[in-house]
Amino acid sequence: MTGTDLDAGPGAGAAGEPRPDGRRAGELTPRELGRWAWRQLTSMRTALILLLLLALAAVPGSVVPQQGVDALAASRWREDHPRLTPVYEWLDLFDVYGSVWFAAIYVLLMISLVGCIIPRTLVYARNIRAVPPAAPRNLGRLPDHASYESQEGVEEVLEQARAELRRRRYRLRPVEAEGPGAGAVSAERGYLREVGNLVFHLSIIVVLVGFAMGSLFGYKGGVIVLVGNGFSNNLTQYDDFVPGSAFSADEMEPFSFDVEDFEVEWLTEGRARGQARNFVAQLRYREEPGAPEQDYDLRVNHPLQIGDSEVFLVGHGYAPVITVRDERGEVVASGPRVFLPQDQSFLSFGVIKAPAAEPDGLGLEGLFYPTFVNIGGDPVNVMGDTLNPAISMLVYRGDLGLDGGRSQSVYILEKDDAEQVTKADGSPLRVDLQPGATQELPDGLGSVTFEGVQPWVRVQVSQSPGKVVALVGVVAALLGLLGSLFIRPRRVWVRARREGGRTVVDLAALDRSGGGDVALVLADIVESLRPAAEKEQ
Amino acid sequence: MTDPSWEALSQQAVAAAGAVYFLAMLSHLVEWSLLRKVPASAEVARVSAGAGGDLALDESGTSGSSGTDETHERRVLMAGRLGLLLTWLGAGVHLVALVARGMAADPNRVPWGNMYEFTLSGTFVVAALYLATRRRFALGWMAPIVVATVLVLLMVAEIWLYAPVSPLTEALNSPWLVIHVVSAVIATGAFTLGGITSVLYLLKERAAAKHPERTTGYLARVPAPAVLDRVSYRMHAFGFPVWTFAVLITGPIWAHEAWASYWNWDPKEVWAFITWVVYAAYLHARSTAGFKGRNAAIIALVGLATLWFNFIGINFFSSSSQHSYADASSAVASPLD
Ligand code: HEM
Repeated sequence: MTGTDLDAGPGAGAAGEPRPDGRRAGELTPRELGRWAWRQLTSMRTALILLLLLALAAVPGSVVPQQGVDALAASRWREDHPRLTPVYEWLDLFDVYGSVWFAAIYVLLMISLVGCIIPRTLVYARNIRAVPPAAPRNLGRLPDHASYESQEGVEEVLEQARAELRRRRYRLRPVEAEGPGAGAVSAERGYLREVGNLVFHLSIIVVLVGFAMGSLFGYKGGVIVLVGNGFSNNLTQYDDFVPGSAFSADEMEPFSFDVEDFEVEWLTEGRARGQARNFVAQLRYREEPGAPEQDYDLRVNHPLQIGDSEVFLVGHGYAPVITVRDERGEVVASGPRVFLPQDQSFLSFGVIKAPAAEPDGLGLEGLFYPTFVNIGGDPVNVMGDTLNPAISMLVYRGDLGLDGGRSQSVYILEKDDAEQVTKADGSPLRVDLQPGATQELPDGLGSVTFEGVQPWVRVQVSQSPGKVVALVGVVAALLGLLGSLFIRPRRVWVRARREGGRTVVDLAALDRSGGGDVALVLADIVESLRPAAEKEQ
Repeated sequence: MTDPSWEALSQQAVAAAGAVYFLAMLSHLVEWSLLRKVPASAEVARVSAGAGGDLALDESGTSGSSGTDETHERRVLMAGRLGLLLTWLGAGVHLVALVARGMAADPNRVPWGNMYEFTLSGTFVVAALYLATRRRFALGWMAPIVVATVLVLLMVAEIWLYAPVSPLTEALNSPWLVIHVVSAVIATGAFTLGGITSVLYLLKERAAAKHPERTTGYLARVPAPAVLDRVSYRMHAFGFPVWTFAVLITGPIWAHEAWASYWNWDPKEVWAFITWVVYAAYLHARSTAGFKGRNAAIIALVGLATLWFNFIGINFFSSSSQHSYADASSAVASPLD
């Protein structure tokens, strides 16, 4: 089947002529219009254009940061482009793959696909038992033909041809004594190509269903857990959470775990010196409250499966333990603060807020160096292992914007209404500390103590229902595709007639997929049919 | 051998392979320039075709210009054979470079852990696929272009992409690395050959329409448009399922294990998907009236552009690939970034 028969225009014959029912040409009843639209939608040409459109529509999502992929980048982009942002929002450019217009394209494509595939399935179901069509009268007219002569009789030659083609797994047209099929062999093979094609297209729908199940009912959430602390699977515990559109919180399984320990192996020599490998987080988990405790070594590429949920190790970092005291000596901030790694060396950035400090709120922001080295007066971080940890932070006093009731990121210090704390000479004060050390702040503002470092791991929890459906779908699609691309639908005809005491045998072959090289196939068949004596001539 | 000496060997082998490919290209250029004035249907072409050079032969002109003298014939033949031999040699040395690169890492691993290595492997696949299918599809005419493409890509790899051997980052340390990347590399090689054929199809088609009578020059020796179209289809038909396997089966399985969800709309995934859709459009175009031939070839080239853009462009231009997702995950960088 080629694209051309699927592309027949609407009501081809009727155009232009006056019609018996009195309506002018070109005027369509709703029904005709519907049929016309349907035929347009399900044509190969439309499918092709929709495919190209889908490819084009996917592009913006790789250029504009996507909310669901990289929320941080998306909000940064919004801040940098205040004028464009409303337009982009309106166009859904921060969520291209969930947008209405993107959905419109693939839904149309799917409708087109179903509309295309169903009729073809019916046609195929009818054709699958059909006998190969009778040989054309003049085989020499076909583009790929050949002929040879033989001493044997017509029937013998044809019988040999039948045997040979049967051996090559062709389906044969039953022998006819008279009529169009007489004196000829018709053979066809490659019936499964069409099946492959149908399986491929139907499987695309299966994949989409699986994918849709995931994005409707699944969820994905990330959380940073300090080593030594625990996590239990409910919404409030997550740092970020992306639910499916039909997700409900009672699908969340009530498991919990403690991160008992975390180990990293740091490479100290060779090219990759400083790189880490073999991260292992030792978890002790319960599938549900009251269930027995179990242990699991969570590693990258080796998620922990609990029921329908999976727990992944996706990152790690450090939380310096810092105590801030105010003027009165009261502890106004204490405990580990998660710092976020900025690069491969785990140089990390973080913030400490102490709004309750007297007389003014205190805020610190700055860097954590796992392995600090002073090179010519510049602080340098050598590697990610905590060989010589140090913090270096700037201090602010004043209103940290925490009283307004607005929610604030724990990783950002709002300094608009705060004032930087300076040294006596007016230069910015830096708090540079190593574990165990304390630095007094000027003007009796208080002190900062760097107690030590606690590692953390970032864990992702997800439920992706439908993932097996999608996987089965793509695998079936691949198998169908192989059939569709590599099974060659071929017809071969052989005709023999007596002429001047010899038998003239004409052969022709047709590849209906347009991809194969039938000339070679034909030559091969001729080679095995032609009597040995003839070959020597 | 120690790891550094394996690495040095790999470096030397890349340089040697480049030099040998360059000589192969020169031989083929000599071959073609000797043939420049000889009509495509001439004896020379047939002789050299039979002898393994297999230039496109036009069977219609049986024994056309008998004026070609024998020494000329022999020279053409020599140049063609030498070119082929050198291409084999180049590919052999290229393979040594790959193996040595894998041996240089500790622990030993497949040589496609970063862009430099991916390019090294991808160009090898282009050369190997060409050598493997040369006879079957009569690709002799493609020789200078394939060799030049491989050479240029190798130079790009050496100049801009070079990275010293290093152990795999944690996320790459998975059996899926082997199977996912090897299939992506093979598909890339096949699509690249298919793209070369499509370009030639477009040129040949135009030349055939403009100067149908011309029998000399490179294009006259390139097979007829219909043959090019079919060869191009075969390359793409081979590449497409392999690409499907790489980006829609093994990719998501691996992404699921490493990053907790099998499809993230990460720019790299988006572009792999775009490439897949464009090639699906190409396959459709070949069987849609009005899109056959020229338009199909153009769509195939768009597909190739998206493929190479995804490989090189995305790494350089996109800031929001997986590794910047969740700042903490820098330690768990994404494959090939
Ligand atoms: C989701 C979108 C689609 C994708 C990814 C897709 C992909 C493909 C692929 C890869 C082939 C194999 C080409 C070959 O056998 O040479 C193919 C063939 C085909 N597709 Fe689609 N297709 C899609 C939608 C459609 C739609 C909507 C239609 C109907 C209008 C359609 C009709 C066909 C037909 C008739 C063929 C057979 C062409 C041939 O036998 O050469 N496809 N499709």
